[in-house]
Order: sequence, then structure tokens, then C-alpha cells
Amino acid sequence: MPRTLFDKIWDAHIVRPQTAETPAVLYIDLHLIHEVTSPQAFTELRQRGLKVRRPDRTLATMDHSTPTTPRGPDGIIPVVDAQAAAQLRQLEQNCAEFGIPLFALGSEYQGIVHVIGPEQGLTQPGMTIVCGDSHTSTHGAFGALAFGIGTSEVAHVLATQCLIQSRPKTMEVRVDGRLGPGVTAKDIILAIIARYGVGAGAGHVFEYTGEAIRALSMEERMTICNMSIEGGARAGMIAPDDTTFQYIAGRPFAPKGAAWDEAVAYWRTLPTDEGAVYDRTITLDASHLIPMITYGTNPGMGMPIDGRIPTPEELPDPAARQALDKALRYMDLRPGQSLLGHKIDVVFLGSCTNSRISDLRLAASILKGRKVADGVRMMVVPGSQQVKKQAESEGLDAIFRAAGAEWREAGCSACLGMNDDKVPPGKYAVSTSNRNFEGRQGPGARTFLASPLTAVASAIEGAVADPRRYVRD
Amino acid sequence: MQPISVITGRIVALPVQDIDTDQIIPARYLKVTDKSGLAEGLFYAWRFDAEGKPNPDFVLNRPEAQGATILVAGRNFGCGSSREHAPWALQGYGFKAVISPAFADIFRNNALKNGLLTVQVDEDTYQQLVSLFEEDPTTEVTIDLAAQTVTLPDGRQTHFPIDPFTRHCLLHGVDQLGFLLNEEAAIAAYEAAHPARVVTTARS
Ligand code: SF4
Repeated sequence: MPRTLFDKIWDAHIVRPQTAETPAVLYIDLHLIHEVTSPQAFTELRQRGLKVRRPDRTLATMDHSTPTTPRGPDGIIPVVDAQAAAQLRQLEQNCAEFGIPLFALGSEYQGIVHVIGPEQGLTQPGMTIVCGDSHTSTHGAFGALAFGIGTSEVAHVLATQCLIQSRPKTMEVRVDGRLGPGVTAKDIILAIIARYGVGAGAGHVFEYTGEAIRALSMEERMTICNMSIEGGARAGMIAPDDTTFQYIAGRPFAPKGAAWDEAVAYWRTLPTDEGAVYDRTITLDASHLIPMITYGTNPGMGMPIDGRIPTPEELPDPAARQALDKALRYMDLRPGQSLLGHKIDVVFLGSCTNSRISDLRLAASILKGRKVADGVRMMVVPGSQQVKKQAESEGLDAIFRAAGAEWREAGCSACLGMNDDKVPPGKYAVSTSNRNFEGRQGPGARTFLASPLTAVASAIEGAVADPRRYVRD
Repeated sequence: MQPISVITGRIVALPVQDIDTDQIIPARYLKVTDKSGLAEGLFYAWRFDAEGKPNPDFVLNRPEAQGATILVAGRNFGCGSSREHAPWALQGYGFKAVISPAFADIFRNNALKNGLLTVQVDEDTYQQLVSLFEEDPTTEVTIDLAAQTVTLPDGRQTHFPIDPFTRHCLLHGVDQLGFLLNEEAAIAAYEAAHPARVVTTARS
């Protein structure tokens, strides 16, 4: 029977099949951990006298609560928040005690967990990958089944390398057509979520297909899969192809020599078979897409950048009307309003959605020779130390600095405001991250989600701006 | 875990859709390394004003909502981050169950692993519960896990779905990690047949 990409990976990881009474026991190839969602899981292991079953399939990094302030003269990144420092120390101790490799703060490989997996070649097609973090969906860009889990499940995987899982449904998300200049992968995913809603993917795994997806680079594919969770799906996947293999080749954990050929031969068997059936299909035409921006307090409240915020009368559903009303009160915006030219205070270029080298290159390409508008604070936060190093070797940091932007250390930063990188109360930010929830970027912060291009164009103008006028192509 | 069978308690309605886990517990409360103290951060931005004083308009601060153990909330409850701190905070505050027309997948998973019941009801029942609370904030409902029913004060009953394994674990206090540990032989056999392609301890 023809099978989907999801079916193939699921079937290949069954330790104990699903029955009428019990869900499946699913084997996990790679378990990524970070400081925020793991401490209580290690406590549970200790209380029960358990070991980590496969430290060699586990890797830890520090990203969420780490500061991104520039290093001191001693090369050390100072952690001033005592609680965060304790949490980081705890991860260090846990990794030492249980034999787990750790990319600690200050090390050359540290970074956002979903940036370092692909960067190191750990993320490969056909794998099952989990992390106590919802944006684990990012790794699905490689044709892996990757999803976020809670801390109880982190303990399950640490102790048994397995999870108890009911089989999700599959949804094809087909994106046809070709993107126009100045329109990016971020705009595709924001458009999908705006059209189909933040709950559309519940109970499903997305597989992105179609001409527009095939044409994307790996880093763009990661941006799309990253936000699958914002569409309600736990995972998003893209079939592996030559673009995927070229990206992986030569990375530290990539297979080498004969093992590489064997791996590629296997990876080529993974794409969805002709005639395989998805439980549901949704579509989007990329050729008519223009840059997108959100105006509300969830990622589904988005529109084309030249659009107008909906009026309550346009929404048939009373609960949606109420949600719009609540969101606009929080954002201090009006129904029917255009956002173009709306004054902003902060620009955040970063997060596991858009902090990779190609994002920084794209942003720098239009910031070069220009200035961040007076009164706007622009933070550039590379996704990892490796991204930072690469950007510096290309002189991108100099472009950002010369424009008046801050060039910071790697981490999650203002994406979730766990450290000091916050948007002040009542202020407006254009952010390349993935969540515009109330208070997400700091108490009272007001977030417009957009692509790196839109973020930079807005930084230059000091107001929400259409990036297409900066892009020649 | 303590077995759960029947929960009877007062409801409190928060009729907002898409309540995300950043609202349930803001990120700055996630620096803890245990599960305690999280109730203080529950719905922080809604419960407290900028000076940290309780916001009298927010439903959980209303005198008649004190002591409620069942939260009734709009659809797609718990969307967003995978933080298990969200169910821990709800439980720490005193909630034993959440009733909603739809839950985000990871939240439901996390909640049920901790014995916080997620009770999915149809839109009509949800609306009825919201109205009942507004008419009489002392309204009590009964959730019967074995029968998978919610009973309203006038005797109306509605069925809710839950997967049989989770239900079994909750009813009997079965520990899911223990269940997995019992699969040792099958796990070892799987590992023997599927050597790792990626070894995290061997960076080249
Ligand atoms: S960058 Fe933001 S979304 Fe990504 S892992 Fe960090 S906090 Fe989560």
C-alpha cells in the first residue's frame, strides 16, 4: 500500500504497535534537551534511581534563559539573573552526572536547540526527534518526524528512549506557484496560519508539498516547519531531496564515506509514495502572496502587509469577534486600520524561526549602507555561536553595527523574554520570531510578526514598512 | 499518581478562545527547577495589574470564584509552548479539570500526565456552562471519568472522549513511565535491530 512520508517514519519506529487498549510505543532516535523543561525530569530519574538509557542519543544546549549580552573582556558571558544561573548550573550538573553531551553557555557550539541540531548534522531524514519544546517541529524540514513534548515525557525518553504515542492524522499542506521578489518562506507560513487558523492542525502532522516548497532552501524549509505548531499541528515535515542531502553533507554528525551512500539510499525511499492518502489536504498559492504581518495576539491574526485589520462585522463567528476585540484592545489598534506606516519601537531579528545565516544575510543585504531609524532599538540575535561566527567572518556584524543595531550573543532572547531582552510595556515590535501572544516578548509588549526583510525595512523606516521597495530582483 | 474517578466541583468560566500557555504561565516563571510556586504566576498578566495588585475585574479574583476547581475555557485551550509548567500552575492553584470545546495537543498530553483532566465538550455544552456560571457562580458540575460524562446541575449529561489507555492510567493511578520501563525487552530488541546512525557522544 502506498504510504506517506509520515507513515514510513512512524512504522519504522514502532517498538510495540498500537492496540485497542494501548497506544504505540515509539522509539526516539534523537532527544534534545535544554535548561528550562528538563530539571524536573532529571529529578524524577533520581527519585526512581534510573539512568539515562541512551546518553549517546541525547544532546543538551543552553538557550532559553541565557543572557545574550556581549561577552566581557575575559570572554565570559555574565549570567546576572540568579535564578537563571541556578537553572544553567543544574543542567550542567545533570549532564555531567548522566553522561550527556552539553553545548554550554560560552562554548563554540551553543545556540538555540532547533538551530544547532540541523547545523551539527544531528538532524537527518527518517529520524524521530523530540525535545521539551514545541518548535521541535523545525527539524521536520529534513524529512524527520520531530515534535515537542512535555517534561513528563522528557523523563520517559531519558529513561527508556521511547514515548507512548497515539498515531496522529496526516494533513497535506500543498503550496503551489513561485514566490515573488521580497516574499519569503516566513510569509508562506504566516499566510497558511492566517487562512486556516491556529487550531487547524490539531491532531495532525503537516506535510508541506508543492512547487513552492521544493524550491526553498533548507533554512527556508526550517522556517516553515518551525511554525507548524502555530497552525496547531505538532509536527510539520518536508520530503527529503537533493537540497536536503547537500545541506547535511560534511556536517560534524553527518554520515561519512560508505555510510553516507547507504544513508542517502535510505533517505531516497522516504518521500510519500504516488497514490498515498492524507487524511486532509489544504492548499495555498504562493504566486499571489505578498509580505505578511500579524496585527493581533496570535499568529493566525495576520494579513498582507498592505491589508486592513478586519472589522468585527467581517467575522461571522462571535467567539472570533470577541477574540479580535480583545486583541485589538491589547494592541491598541482599530478595526479597518492599515499597519503600513505604524510607528514601531523595537525590531527583533532572531529566534529559531529566523536566526540562521541566510536570515542574517538577507537582512544585512538591505540594511547595508542604511541606518536603523532614530528611536528604534534593533536587536540582532544569531541562532547559534556558529551562525554568529560565520556572520562575523562575512562582515555582517559590521553592517548591523554600522546601521545602529545591537549585535548580541546566541540564544532565544526576546522571542520569549526570559532574560533581559524584552520589548517594554506598550511598545511595538516587529519580530521575526513565531509568537505574538500577549506579553510574550515582555509584559505589555505588542508584537507584529513578520519576515526578516519586513523587519529590516521597518527598522529603517521606524514604522511598519513593505520590504519590496528595498528588494531589486 | 493518585487514582481519579469522580470530580465534583464549582466551575469558573473564562470564555476566551486560543488561551496560550504564555497566558497560563508567563516565561519568567519558568526559571524554577521544581514544580512549586507556579500558582503565583497563573494567568499573571490577567490576574494582576502593572503594580502587581489583583485586577478586580478578572474572573479568578471575583469573590464568588474562590474555591472553584473546574475551569471552563474557550476552544484551543493551551496552544503555544510545550511547557508542562502550565498544567502544574493550574493544579497548584487548585484546578482539577479544564472543560473546553478543544484543547491543543501538547497541553492535553501534559495535563493528563499530571492528572489534570481535560474534558472536551461540544460548543453547546460549553456555552451552557458559561451561561450557568454567569447566572450562578456557585454552579457545580460532576465529571465522572469511568463513565466519561459531565453532569450539569439539572441532570443533563454529556459524554466526553478520552483515549482508553490514559483513562485506565488515571482511574487506576498507573504510572506511565513504569509502563514503558516494563517494555525493556521490546526496546532492547528494537535497538539491536536498529543501530544508531547518529551518536551524539561522538562528534567528529
Ligand atoms: S527561539 Fe523562541 S520559539 Fe525558538 S526555542 Fe527559543 S523560545 Fe522557543
